[in-house]
Amino acid sequence: MNSDDKVVYDDKARHMAEQMVMAEQRHIAQRLQEDCDCKDGMFPRHVISSRRGFLFAAGSLVGAAGAASIARAESPKAPPGAVLYDVPDDPTKVQGRPVADESYGTRSQFETEVRMRYPTPNENTSWSLTPLGKGLGNITPSGLHFERHHGGIPTIDPARHNLLIHGMVDRPMTFSMADIKRLPSVTRKHFIECSGNGLTEWNKPTMKTVQGTHGLLSTSEWTGVQFATFARETGLKEGAAWVLAEGADAAVMTRSIPMEKMLKDALIVYGQNGEAIRPEQGYPLRLLLPGYEGNTHIKWLRRLQVSDKPFMTREETSKYTDLLGDGKARIFTLDMEAKSVITFPSGDMKLPGPGFYNITGLAWTGRGRVQSVDVSLDSGKTWYPARLESVPEPMCTVRFSFPWMWDGKAAVLQSRCIDETGYVQPTLKQLIAIRGDNGPFGSVYHLNAIQSWAVSAAGDVTNVHA
Amino acid sequence: MSMRRKYLAFAIGICLFSGSASAQSTIDHFGVGRNATTDEMAKYFSIPPSGAGLPPGSGTAKAGAAIFANTCAACHGDKLQGNPAKGIGGDRLIGGRGTLASKTPVKTVESYWPYATTLFDYIKRAMPFDSPGSLKDDEVYSLVAYILSEAKVIKPSETMDAKTLPKVEMPNRDGFVPDPRPELQLYR
Repeated sequence: MNSDDKVVYDDKARHMAEQMVMAEQRHIAQRLQEDCDCKDGMFPRHVISSRRGFLFAAGSLVGAAGAASIARAESPKAPPGAVLYDVPDDPTKVQGRPVADESYGTRSQFETEVRMRYPTPNENTSWSLTPLGKGLGNITPSGLHFERHHGGIPTIDPARHNLLIHGMVDRPMTFSMADIKRLPSVTRKHFIECSGNGLTEWNKPTMKTVQGTHGLLSTSEWTGVQFATFARETGLKEGAAWVLAEGADAAVMTRSIPMEKMLKDALIVYGQNGEAIRPEQGYPLRLLLPGYEGNTHIKWLRRLQVSDKPFMTREETSKYTDLLGDGKARIFTLDMEAKSVITFPSGDMKLPGPGFYNITGLAWTGRGRVQSVDVSLDSGKTWYPARLESVPEPMCTVRFSFPWMWDGKAAVLQSRCIDETGYVQPTLKQLIAIRGDNGPFGSVYHLNAIQSWAVSAAGDVTNVHA
Repeated sequence: MSMRRKYLAFAIGICLFSGSASAQSTIDHFGVGRNATTDEMAKYFSIPPSGAGLPPGSGTAKAGAAIFANTCAACHGDKLQGNPAKGIGGDRLIGGRGTLASKTPVKTVESYWPYATTLFDYIKRAMPFDSPGSLKDDEVYSLVAYILSEAKVIKPSETMDAKTLPKVEMPNRDGFVPDPRPELQLYR
């Protein structure tokens, strides 16, 4: 599985993979440049652990050695979402900033994590990955939620946005945003994962960081109206079995969803983490299908057409189908199965030396709640139960942690998720034995295999197949 | 529905009878939203394999070739071979038959797409990329005819319209299987 000769990349795929690796390298380099000495120590990998060493390194990056203030003065750009302020020697001896009359708020200038775009040739049909390596807790900050767009991010005036529900209904109806917000609402935490998450990792370890390997996963608290509530308003005709959802973007994205799912737990949401959903996430309205592959959660939702059969749209036939080794392809592979990943320590980090580390990561399943998570320090030979940091919720990530006293010897760290159905997260070998490894990226979608991070005796963490 | 309405009527009766002020729990419909108009619904389309909703009009490969050269070739290549250049990234549209089970599967309209109706729906919906949804129905039919003809799925002389398009048999029509997950092999 590790040998390159088994991996057959055509020109397009090789180009994609190379571009991806290059983009990640640029991203890592950028992060190093922006990083401050407050992160002295464990990560990222290349930061020299002594303060003096760091200053030298930072100075050399901008072509001048010297004090930190000089290094900063020569790169005065605040990280996205932050504002650069002078840092007093002692914050207790000067007044801080006044309270603004009106404000939205920014993050600390010392926090630099950003989404990273996958380098598709076209920037309008592309995706960006969530920086899971620095993620805390369970919720993804809205501004770091991964993106996948097929025709760019539309700008939509909510006053002019409607939801039409028609087809096999008793009463075709149109709801304005104001109408929708008058209806009884629910608030639930759910993950969304793109089924292409980790597509570069089938045949060989390709990406260096957990952002690259698993970043098409994000979790939010969503607020909106159950589809069932709308269904009672419009009525459903006998034989109604599918619902086509359509977005108001330039791709006019469409997917067919089984009625069973729509009536079980589908939400039409307008809220994300306590405010209106972000434009990148479908402002002002999106479909939320807990546990289903990300592409089905139609953003900028404008229309639901009830039908007896699926429509066989482009996205559910030519894309988002899983080509197997025998040349057949699975269609309507909608569930995201149990999966987990260690986010610390993870690829491209460096452990400063033997001692205690709190291994932590995320586990999730599209089939209900996470039951338990195991961690292995020896490439899956021995498993230990991890601690769940909060009570698992249905179709939601849960953060796990595991206390590790590192003895300084090489180790391979893994985690595996067991969901409440009893399904155990499989190994890559098991998945490839079933689905085959044809094509540049294997069967592309629905890779939920156990991830391995190798820790060398020097403390370097790398992405491996083990 | 009638059972439910009876129950609700009964509940309302109880509430009135007992003089309760909390009758709002018996609301049958919220009275929010409005009936959709026929004109409003006619603006939208989604074409399933049956061809239901295909508009009037028709097109030929010959007409399609000219439209393709002007409108599509920049991104999809003058031989429909695709264009991976930066800023473009148009998919390859033809070829690849017989490769799906190989080490280098090539997924195109010709080799992979199960339904010709999807091609019509997608072009009308989202193409061309720089001016989505701008093509007339005759132009869409023509482009479908041209692509399918270049893919040797139909004859160059065939006309595509609401009647003929759903009858087109795509080479990979039977290439799809339902999702078997959870995979039984994982329970060993």
